[in-house]
Amino acid sequence: MAWTEKILRVNLTQGTVTPEPLNMDWAMQYLGQRGLASKYLAAEIDPKCDPLSADNKLIMTTGPLTGTSASTAGRYSVVTKGPLTGAIACSNSGGFLGAELKNAGWDMIIFEGRAKSPVYLYVENETAEIRPADALWGRTVWETDAMLHRKHQDPLLRIATIGRAAEKGCLYAAIVNDLHRAAGRSGVGAVMASKNLKAVAVRGTRGVGNLKDPARFLQSTAAAKKLLAESGVTGKGLPTFGTQVLMNVINEVGALPTRNGSAVQFDGARDISGEAMREPRKTDHRPNLTTNAGCFACTIACGRISTVDRGHFTISNKPEYWGASGGLEYEAAWALGTDTGVSDLDALTYANFLCNEDGMDPISFGATVAAAMELYQIGALTKTDTGGLELNFGSAEALVRAAELTAKGEGFGLELGLGSKRLCAKYGHPEFSMTVKGQEFPAYDPRGIQGMGLTYATSNRGACHLRSYTVSSEILGLPVKTDPLATEGKAELVKTFQDVTAAVDSIGLCVFSTFAWSLADIAPQLDAACKGEWNAARLLEAGERIWNLEREFNNAAGFTKKDDTLPERMLKEPAGTGPAKGKVNNLAAMLPEYYKLRGWTEEGVPTAATRRRLGLGA
Amino acid sequence: MLKSLHIEAEKCTGCLQCELACSYRGEGVFNPAKSRIRVFTFHDEGRFAPYTCTQCAEAWCLHVCPVEAIIDNPATGAKEVVAGRCVGCKVCTIACPFGTINYNQDRKIVHKCDMCGGDPECVKSCPTGAILFLDADQTGLSRMRKYAGQQIHS
Repeated sequence: MAWTEKILRVNLTQGTVTPEPLNMDWAMQYLGQRGLASKYLAAEIDPKCDPLSADNKLIMTTGPLTGTSASTAGRYSVVTKGPLTGAIACSNSGGFLGAELKNAGWDMIIFEGRAKSPVYLYVENETAEIRPADALWGRTVWETDAMLHRKHQDPLLRIATIGRAAEKGCLYAAIVNDLHRAAGRSGVGAVMASKNLKAVAVRGTRGVGNLKDPARFLQSTAAAKKLLAESGVTGKGLPTFGTQVLMNVINEVGALPTRNGSAVQFDGARDISGEAMREPRKTDHRPNLTTNAGCFACTIACGRISTVDRGHFTISNKPEYWGASGGLEYEAAWALGTDTGVSDLDALTYANFLCNEDGMDPISFGATVAAAMELYQIGALTKTDTGGLELNFGSAEALVRAAELTAKGEGFGLELGLGSKRLCAKYGHPEFSMTVKGQEFPAYDPRGIQGMGLTYATSNRGACHLRSYTVSSEILGLPVKTDPLATEGKAELVKTFQDVTAAVDSIGLCVFSTFAWSLADIAPQLDAACKGEWNAARLLEAGERIWNLEREFNNAAGFTKKDDTLPERMLKEPAGTGPAKGKVNNLAAMLPEYYKLRGWTEEGVPTAATRRRLGLGA
Repeated sequence: MLKSLHIEAEKCTGCLQCELACSYRGEGVFNPAKSRIRVFTFHDEGRFAPYTCTQCAEAWCLHVCPVEAIIDNPATGAKEVVAGRCVGCKVCTIACPFGTINYNQDRKIVHKCDMCGGDPECVKSCPTGAILFLDADQTGLSRMRKYAGQQIHS
């Protein structure tokens, strides 16, 4: 079975907590997690609603395999209408919270309305209570976590919370669980803050089971774990270097957006790479990387736990940051470092700590600072505007000061907290915003990796690498190698990756498993655990259904074909160096074919035939 | 030959696969809260450490039990709880200096590691080899080898 078949509906306006059965007809169509919660959201809110109003809902959701021993089965997602983009938002997080929620007996929690004053939700198995959080408001993620553990006298409590950034209106605020795992993107934390919901604390002791065929489940999950262990990526590269294994690789291929995308290669890449994280520092002879760490049930363990040199200027007089904590993933290292031109590894690590401590998406934050730096460089933004902050490219001091201000929601940090689209529009240069649908794009330059251009342009949550990680094919050669500079075949590649990923997310597994697993490796695990008959073809179809559902939500919210585009820089300014030198992203060569393959009209709207085929209605 | 669980904490990633395997064998569900082996996170040090019963030869839990519900399995050396005999008085949980025998409120008896009858699930489930099942007399062997090697390489 694996679903608990129970959801918790929390009405914050009324102060009520009501259990209800999971809609199993929908579960058979949309699996769980991202897909199923998107179905609930689309059915229950007006896509045109103000994301920060009481009309929006926020869903914390697990997948059918979440909480089982399948490798990487610890994922949960937050689904809502995103305030950064106005599009449907689904932010996925690892750690241990999702499995704990499942263990407490719940597939998902739907938050609706808005509390009159700050509250948190306490869940202990069947018991769920809305409790006052006045004392927690204004506190960081880390303080809130410690206070709730102390208050409940329970070290095993799993906690997801927002920090001060969300409370102060940061539109890319994250919801952080287990201190440094995050539902990071699209500003889901800002929605949580708008509901006066500070935290969710969960303790589950019921167990996850009720498997359809336990012997087959143990057998198929063991076989799948073996595949992960034997893969060069999931068995070696990721545990050793984390996602930071990519910094040097992407720099080499000339697809590393540098200094707000004004270049595609970074001379400081080596200094902030996964390799550099493992080397002893000259100053204290200890490496930045302390250990690797796994999320719940994950046999890959790509997580980075890092320690900053105590003598480093960022923390020398702040002993509270001397301990180990969540270190740099590739996207964070890129946004905080490459994109701002800063090559001081410990400064980036400290800025990353701040993103975790106060709940900010490091991608959007770093990319917004990068855009601000370009505005500053040309004089469109001055020291008067920034409150004295000298936002020079390459300045570690400016980066960490900007992080401190944005985390706390002080001074110029309030403006940085609104994201690069709003910032660049305000200062007269919208072209400096490296965003799609208002969301900052991550660490792959679409001029050097053509498929990622189509990925960003069509992503349902705004620019994002995790909606169709064609880097896997175009650079790493998995499952098959394609030419990163070619556009031929990319429409189909992107569509397939989008559909596969939607299914993987919705099952409750980590997308990194797909470096070694295809849907044919995943389906037997799901089929052994869950009711229904699950094979790769049916999962792929579910993924396609989910993608179209999200698309229709966005179309209803007011997005059109003209939003499926890239920043002008990616379309008109050729890459200056590296293998992609002279190239722009040729989106126009891919987008019409993509619409066609999707079964959409030339305007990007699913046709009646497509809707019928996927069971979305006539 | 008796075997012992041997834990090399520096290899642990904190993924909890051992807790999942242990609880599944013991309770039939994936439930870290009911695992006999537990993984501890030492956050500021960036370390994880699994810990479970070491199967004392003169086991305090066994000696203190008023109803003789804890017995020595001579085949494995494990101290095992006899479910039908345990009355849930919890005296053993007080006696154990290591905290590795605990009350199970669902089943109203105590539970502890029984080394799965000689084929521990935690060992098989650990993806990094942090939990090993070794000759009980030789659990220090790899550490001895490491230090012996320092003489060669210095």
